[in-house]
Amino acid sequence: MSVILILVLASLSLAGLFLAAFVWAVRSGQFDDTQTPSLRVLTEDGPSSLPLAGKPGPETITKHEHRNI
Amino acid sequence: MTSLAPPTPAPTADAPALTESAATGKAGPPPGAETVRCVHCGDPCRGSPAEKNGRNFCCNGCELVYELLTENGLGRFYELNQQPGRKSTAGNDASRWTCLDEPEVRQKLLDFSSERQCRITFHLPAIHCVACVWLLENLWRLHAGIGRSEANFARREAAITFDPRRIKLSELAALLATLGYEPSLSLGHLEKKGVAPVHRRLHLQIGVAGFAFGNIMLFSLPQYFGLDSFSGALFHRLFGWLSLLLALPVLLFSARDYWRSALVSFRQKTLTLEVPIAAGLAALFGQSAFEILTGAGEGYLDSLTGLVFFLLCGRLFQLKTHERLAFDRDYQCFFPLSVTRRKGGRQEAVAITELEVGDRILLRHGELIPADARVTEGVALIDYSFVTGESEPVARQPGEPVYAGGRLTGAMVELAIEKPTRQSYLASLWSHAAFGKDREDQRHSLINRYSRKFTLAVVAVALGAAFFWLLKGNTATAGKAFISVLIVACPCALALAAPLTLGTAQRWLAKAGVFAKNTGVLEKISDIQLVVFDKTGTLTLSKAAPPAFYGPPLNPAEKRLVFSLARQSLHPLAARIAAATDAGQSPAAVVDFCEQPGKGLRGFVDGHEILLGSASWLKTHGITATPVSPPGAGSVAHLALDGKARGVFGLENEMRPEIPLLLRRLKGQYQLALLSGDQPREQARFRALFGGQAALRFNQSPLEKLEYIHARQREGRKVMMVGDGLNDAGALQQSDVGVAVMEKSGAFTPASDIIVTGTALGRLDRVLAYARQSARLVRVGFAISAAYNLAGLSVAAAGLLSPLICAILMPLSSVTVVVFAATGATWAARRAGILPVASQGSASISNDGRAAL
Repeated sequence: MSVILILVLASLSLAGLFLAAFVWAVRSGQFDDTQTPSLRVLTEDGPSSLPLAGKPGPETITKHEHRNI
Repeated sequence: MTSLAPPTPAPTADAPALTESAATGKAGPPPGAETVRCVHCGDPCRGSPAEKNGRNFCCNGCELVYELLTENGLGRFYELNQQPGRKSTAGNDASRWTCLDEPEVRQKLLDFSSERQCRITFHLPAIHCVACVWLLENLWRLHAGIGRSEANFARREAAITFDPRRIKLSELAALLATLGYEPSLSLGHLEKKGVAPVHRRLHLQIGVAGFAFGNIMLFSLPQYFGLDSFSGALFHRLFGWLSLLLALPVLLFSARDYWRSALVSFRQKTLTLEVPIAAGLAALFGQSAFEILTGAGEGYLDSLTGLVFFLLCGRLFQLKTHERLAFDRDYQCFFPLSVTRRKGGRQEAVAITELEVGDRILLRHGELIPADARVTEGVALIDYSFVTGESEPVARQPGEPVYAGGRLTGAMVELAIEKPTRQSYLASLWSHAAFGKDREDQRHSLINRYSRKFTLAVVAVALGAAFFWLLKGNTATAGKAFISVLIVACPCALALAAPLTLGTAQRWLAKAGVFAKNTGVLEKISDIQLVVFDKTGTLTLSKAAPPAFYGPPLNPAEKRLVFSLARQSLHPLAARIAAATDAGQSPAAVVDFCEQPGKGLRGFVDGHEILLGSASWLKTHGITATPVSPPGAGSVAHLALDGKARGVFGLENEMRPEIPLLLRRLKGQYQLALLSGDQPREQARFRALFGGQAALRFNQSPLEKLEYIHARQREGRKVMMVGDGLNDAGALQQSDVGVAVMEKSGAFTPASDIIVTGTALGRLDRVLAYARQSARLVRVGFAISAAYNLAGLSVAAAGLLSPLICAILMPLSSVTVVVFAATGATWAARRAGILPVASQGSASISNDGRAAL
């Protein structure tokens, strides 16, 4: 029967992980604008074209050294 | 204007009328000759288009932008969408933006600022397609000082990070303007930062509630299915404790707003729906905690968390806002940020807030008069239609006063400021008491009217059941019955009925081009008795119709002559004539052109003398005008060719085509009224349309409009005002439901409850009927949830409520109401005729990004 205990703990911690991921997603603003990403995905032409949030793309680093968002 | 127009007009500041007339040609290309379209903006190329490497451009401006983009590796812009550009009307006049570098202005505009990095969010109304998003997010390729930029399509915004040491804010704005994305900066931007209605907390609350709901449900299921015997008493207690632990954050975080609202309504001694909800939640949790702690049972925590989860989902559904539209704009959002000041022989851009009495300012075609002023140089032709409702532009000679809010058409003038913007005639309207009142008065909403009766009934039943069992001497059952009644009566389904039904209705309406500020507005519509219309821009089209020609028809050669002359003038009537006579022909050179404001035009084309203007203008040149008076009562322009009167252009303010039908449909059900700031020229025409009963008032000042609405309200009538301009702002504010008409997306609309696109105005009667129908559906939803409550109450009052019954009854009632609300509102939308016609409107207005794909 103690296997149920392990299963309960496992399921709870897994669900907790998902909740944490959701909290992170909301906090980082992923739910603020749900329309633009659907357009952006059409223009994706390689990882270098869009500097990711907070991190400059490789091209931008070589272009200007000041980026430290 | 010079007498010889360049063959390819560059989009400079002094020739916007030419580019505009070219832009109007975009909608209906001249028949016959195959039109060559500009690679950048898609406008037809006329005359001798600039051509480069087999690509055609309509003007030098577009060519420059094309080169700038392709040279910087941004050629993909043109692959993502056909002719994605917007013609830059700003020109290369970078000095317009210099006031952005003033420390005070700059500080207020920037989101974030440090020595090495700044961030600004610009509102760019020109964003319209996927290529725009791509270009704006690749701005860093154009300038080394620009870092990351992020576009928000729904809000038409771009957040741009830049290095202030490498690029000044004014240069950034000028760069965007050059690309065709002119930042929209109004005086209002200085007052308050655009507070984004981000619902992050609500998302988190839903996430937590959903997490707890799912897990507690898993713990409860074994008990419902009688699986306890397998797991034993230990797990029974463990599951209970775990559930309690999971329910705590739901109670304290997710349901926080309900506690708070209940507390507020308690203090205000009103009974809102939050009171029984909070009571139900408290009873649920109290009973559950008691049962779990004493080991007496497993509690109702699955019902509790499920309830909170459903309620929050309903709230999220209701909170849908139209992010592109601002419903609370005042005059400050109408005025630009800066104006050109002439000081000591040089020109400088200065923020409007810095303007002082006595300052001399320069105003160009299309610019707004920022403050009450006096003309000092040049003859000003001013279009007050948005401010006063007057449809014809007026001419003002040097020395005469002009008022804030008017738009200059025609040649540049110099003005001397007489009053600061804040004290202008226009701004004085906003000090009226109507603007102080709280528009969010929800006390009379449908749901709150019910909740009061509901709450009282629930308390009565709970106490009655408790007394009944006490009299029978059964104290334990009395306590249980009291708590059970509170639990079962928790009006979850009731709380969902209104937001779901009205929220669905709001969505369908938005597809049809009618944007309601919130769901409460739809409830208010159902009480409307009187519908008041503004004339200019509301019933009539603000975009002028092609003028009709009265007289022997013009042959193509004559058309070319008139076109060549009329296009030289910036006067709006001349521009309309030019557009009407434009058959794609290349214009001829005009010799000895002269224009007398308020009178007319004169010039020689290919040796022919052409006169265009008033009858007296022709008379001064010794020609008797044709005694034709066009049937419509709009303004006229007489035409004379080679010394002979040729005919008359009738320039009517064209009525929206669907208005007569709309008024006929509304007449039977509502009282109607017309409030116009214009002259009573067209009174007879509107009398016929509105019928003998309706009040028709002309020459109304903004304040008189407001007073009229107020007077009708004092008579006990619920009034809807339909208007578009600043002159209607007071009336829109005072009315019970204010409807602002928006001609093109992104245009300024005064504060209102509903924004309706011009094309959707003809369906106003259907919108009204649909809103009434929706309110009826809400009542049916109430009845359904009341039936569930009644069933639950009878079980609860008998003291027989169990967690299992609760766990079935609560979600079942909620789901029934949700399904009913969504399907009912959709069915009603189809029946009211909101849906089928909607498809075109939605493609162009709400979703034009995808449409452009």
